[in-house]
Amino acid sequence: MSAPPSPDEGLTAAQLAAKYGLAVSGARPPLREYVGRLWGRRHFILAFSQAKLTAQYSQAKLGQLWQVATPLLNAAVYFMIFGVILNASRGMEKEVYIPFLVTGVFVFTFTQSSVMSGVRAISGNLGLVRALHFPRAALPISFALQQLQQLLYSMIVLFLVVIGFGSYPDASWILIVPALVLQFCFNTGLALVFARAGAKTPDLAQLMPFVMRTWMYASGVMFSIPVFLADKPQWMANVLQWNPAAIYMDLVRFALIDEYGSENLPQHVWAVAGGWAALFAIGGFVYFWQAEERYGRG
Amino acid sequence: MAEQAPGTRVPTVIAEDVHIVYRVNGARTGKGSATAALSRIVRRGGEERGVRKVHAVRGVSFVAHRGEAIGLIGSNGSGKSTLLRAIAGLLPPESGKVYTDGQPSLLGVNAALMNDLTGERNIVLGGLAMGMSREQIKERYQEIVDFSGINEKGDFVTLPMRTYSSGMQARLRFSIAAAKDHDVLMIDEALATGDAKFRKRSEERIRELRGQAGTVFLVSHSNKSIRDTCDRVLWLERGELRMDGPTEEVLREYEKFSGK
Repeated sequence: MSAPPSPDEGLTAAQLAAKYGLAVSGARPPLREYVGRLWGRRHFILAFSQAKLTAQYSQAKLGQLWQVATPLLNAAVYFMIFGVILNASRGMEKEVYIPFLVTGVFVFTFTQSSVMSGVRAISGNLGLVRALHFPRAALPISFALQQLQQLLYSMIVLFLVVIGFGSYPDASWILIVPALVLQFCFNTGLALVFARAGAKTPDLAQLMPFVMRTWMYASGVMFSIPVFLADKPQWMANVLQWNPAAIYMDLVRFALIDEYGSENLPQHVWAVAGGWAALFAIGGFVYFWQAEERYGRG
Repeated sequence: MAEQAPGTRVPTVIAEDVHIVYRVNGARTGKGSATAALSRIVRRGGEERGVRKVHAVRGVSFVAHRGEAIGLIGSNGSGKSTLLRAIAGLLPPESGKVYTDGQPSLLGVNAALMNDLTGERNIVLGGLAMGMSREQIKERYQEIVDFSGINEKGDFVTLPMRTYSSGMQARLRFSIAAAKDHDVLMIDEALATGDAKFRKRSEERIRELRGQAGTVFLVSHSNKSIRDTCDRVLWLERGELRMDGPTEEVLREYEKFSGK
């Protein structure tokens, strides 16, 4: 093909690269290899999420106590407004309504903050993306993991509230584990979707709080959907009840609150919960991976 | 690729007509900026209005070979660091391609560190971010602390990094970044900071890393350190490759250009 003195003369860059086994720098690896690389970075993902969590309150005098105090204050505010002033319990007894409300707030906050940190996962860490090599999905996953750890602190508060209002730990409490695992998968997928969207359009960080608030009010965080929508067409209640946020909230309520029985849950609730989780976790991951090589551009 | 005849030059980095464009949102002010912003969101694709484009690198091509130490020179804002990021695959080129052998890495870990965390945790975090395993970090931990010298004035490694002086922070960052070995190594020489004693130590470490790496790229504004280290120099000006050749030849032209 070429003369001995300068064997590489006349080759195009691509041919030269192929001859010596060079690969395109920063090319997106195939999905399977990508998952492998991500697994290789699991320690980084965990360490990064813990570091973010610790750094959050490191300048406060009360320090890490805020991990518990913040959700507690949050619950108190919602209790004041919806439990005392607006009286949104409508037929629910106080022993049910207060844990119902607090559970809803905490479980929804888990999804909400995962989405919000997902939006900024790439656009807020462009310096990191432009300096080091790692599968970019590590960032949104790490942020979702940080929110999961945050939720575990909130759970301490939640348990106290639930027990304080007369529901004691029993076998059904175990069910919060699968419910939260599924919700975590769902949240991670959602965070991945919004990480890609937020990398392209950082303006989403301004827009999303309103979207999330609308979603919160539509998901029955502070009221029971079947009771409030009793005089509306059945399909409306169905749509609201089968939305993922409502599903995960209801599952945790069902697990924790004695008086909140399965009659409050929509049909096939576990299948729906699993379906949402699988759809978003897999779909979100693939969607995020498809733009992998472009995240450095900002 | 191993059975090359002696004397054959094996390419490790090939850049082919690389263009890099930064898009800057919100750089345009004055009347109509809100509508411009709106149309930017509504109209996808095509020529975007309200977004300023900065063409940082314009059509750079070169081939780097194993064992070469290549210096990048040029005035501020000429696209040196941007080109390095593109070679590392961290910044996708607008057009053109970069081929590399293995994964080139940029020496630097600043972005992964958090000022609110202790030096101790930052060493672990930085190491993990660079892709080291927990065992490797444990092995090198003491080395990193000793090298940075932050514990010479008391037990600083267990304090948050924000309590360090800026010199100490720079030293710790460099020590973490330099703890890993690299194939194709890229060094932005602004890294070697700190007091005279530490600068000497870090220059030594850079030399060591250079020895282990296959190909080295060095960005520097010091012609002396380019002369000391590099056998070939790329001169960038306004994003264009103005000259590519042996160190002496290029530096002579560059010095004439910059009026030294």
